[in-house]
Amino acid sequence: MTTVQDNILDVGAASSVPSGSTLLRTALVIAGLAIAFGVVPAIATDYWLSSIIIPTIVMGLAGISLNLLQGYAGLVSLGSAAFMSVGVFSAYNLILRVPGLPLPLVLLLAGVIAAAVGIFFGLPALRIKGFYLGASTLGAQFFFQWLFTNYPWFSNNSQSLTISAPRLEIFGYGLQSPVGRYLLVATVTVLLIGLAFLVVKSRLGREWMAIRDMETAASVLGIRVARRKLQAYAVSSFFLGITGVLWGFAYLGTADAYTYNLDKSFQVLFIVLIGGTATIFGNFLGAAFIVLTPILLDHLVLASNVAYLSDQGAITNLQRVIFGAIIIFILIKEPDGLSAWIRRGVEALQARFRR
Amino acid sequence: MAYFLETLIAGLFAGLMYGLVAIGFVLIYKASGVFNFAQGAMVFLAALVFVTLVERGINFWVAFAATSALMIVTAVVIEALVLRPLRNRDPLTLFMATLGLSFVIDGAAQFFLGTDVHMLDIGIEDIAEDYGGLFISWFDIVASLIVIALVVVLAIVFSKTRMGVSLRAVADDTLAAQSIGIRLPVIWRIVWSVAGIVALIAGLLWGARQGVQYSLSLITLKALPVLIIGGFSSIPGAIVGGLIVGASEALADIYLGPLVNGSVSTWFAYILAVAFLLVRPAGLFGDRDIERV
Repeated sequence: MTTVQDNILDVGAASSVPSGSTLLRTALVIAGLAIAFGVVPAIATDYWLSSIIIPTIVMGLAGISLNLLQGYAGLVSLGSAAFMSVGVFSAYNLILRVPGLPLPLVLLLAGVIAAAVGIFFGLPALRIKGFYLGASTLGAQFFFQWLFTNYPWFSNNSQSLTISAPRLEIFGYGLQSPVGRYLLVATVTVLLIGLAFLVVKSRLGREWMAIRDMETAASVLGIRVARRKLQAYAVSSFFLGITGVLWGFAYLGTADAYTYNLDKSFQVLFIVLIGGTATIFGNFLGAAFIVLTPILLDHLVLASNVAYLSDQGAITNLQRVIFGAIIIFILIKEPDGLSAWIRRGVEALQARFRR
Repeated sequence: MAYFLETLIAGLFAGLMYGLVAIGFVLIYKASGVFNFAQGAMVFLAALVFVTLVERGINFWVAFAATSALMIVTAVVIEALVLRPLRNRDPLTLFMATLGLSFVIDGAAQFFLGTDVHMLDIGIEDIAEDYGGLFISWFDIVASLIVIALVVVLAIVFSKTRMGVSLRAVADDTLAAQSIGIRLPVIWRIVWSVAGIVALIAGLLWGARQGVQYSLSLITLKALPVLIIGGFSSIPGAIVGGLIVGASEALADIYLGPLVNGSVSTWFAYILAVAFLLVRPAGLFGDRDIERV
């Protein structure tokens, strides 16, 4: 954990830049937007968009969602995927049962429903502290997986309990192509990042950090701890709900309860810790790690072409070993997560500019 | 009524087995403050190694000793490669490291020993017999006796031996313990070794019941609500928590399940644990922290 002073100044990597360099920051944001909406869709192939860029962005967004709760408010959640599943099943049912509802509204409502669920499972946080909260969120994880498999109503009585993505369109403009889905994901992500910055910089965000750093002191200062904690669960789950919709509809094209299993929750947790707690951009590094490592390991194993590794089960297990080892290694070597890399990079850049 | 009692008793027996896995957690949590997600993987590893040795025709006790030795080596390696570099880091980081560790252990065990399901016969018959109108398996009775014996042994070790006392000192105040010359790495190695051997016993009992396979690893998820109810740092708590979870889960599955269209055993224990926490935020036997500003 970084200290209070660090974090109040230090929302995301870019803002660790001293306040004098607002210009640099604005330039970075504009460059980022230009790359996201101009360069990437122009040069990325369909494979890159569908299999690497979209999942990385969506998982990065999931990381941000959990980071709001865990990095800023200091609350534990081991069940992020549950709130993602609530989002996707809500969106599916909204589209199915309320014809003509425009996609942006569906996303918003799915987020709101997930937020309501988040508040409910966050209620124990008013009394329970620390790791014990894992019970409540794991309860959510297993409960929703059970609910969506035991009550076929949620998947419109589909035999396989699977829901398939509806036609994605905004004002009659189809978003089915990889570029279309990418643009949808990128737009939603940019809006949510903006929202995350607003929240974190606001009084709400500062009070979260105060509660995280010392709850008793925060309550003595007159911070309404209970309300703030529930708001943290609400905001985080709102983000997760929308993330879940994007994962199901824009990336996979389909979803069922097992898409959002405990492994997915742990992946989100890994993203936060590997990317760095209490940063916004670090999450995308963490997400890239989570999405790319298995793909890279696959290629490595294929390239090495070792005879006794021909068995697919053995390869999968070897990958588990390597993945676990890399995670332990990163946790040991980079206590502040990969975002510390960006920070050092930005500082080095600045030093060069000043010269 | 007999049906109710049988369900209850079966649940209590299952609960003791949950408690056995939970004890492994408690040992490690007490001595190093680590919430060890890899405990289930250790159960799986121990059972898989043991069953492989036995299948190769090695004598039961030789296999037991060899597997125990392997668990001790594992503990030493974990201490050196994972725990020591991560000491003084926050609990969530340590938890994530043990999550990574569980990938490594599960993956390595299956990579070297295969993914087949093994039947494990430890020489105790698992057939329900009639005891005054109640059907109880001899296996359950022996298993419970083993668990009880283990708890008694651990309790004596903790309260009477020098090692046990220094272990409790570490649990109470790590810095103070270090400053009077208790060597933390040694304590960690011992505790993880003991947890490894507890995992072996748990692995044998669970493996004999449901076969040795990857799902043994997921027992971790059953032990978690047990720990929450019993408190992370109490061995009696692990057993009592186990009994409560086992019994109520079995009863809920029989009586609540049909009302809600299916088995509730995946989530019921968690909801129960949360309900418990709302009444007693530190669990039944947990330590209550005093907060000062």
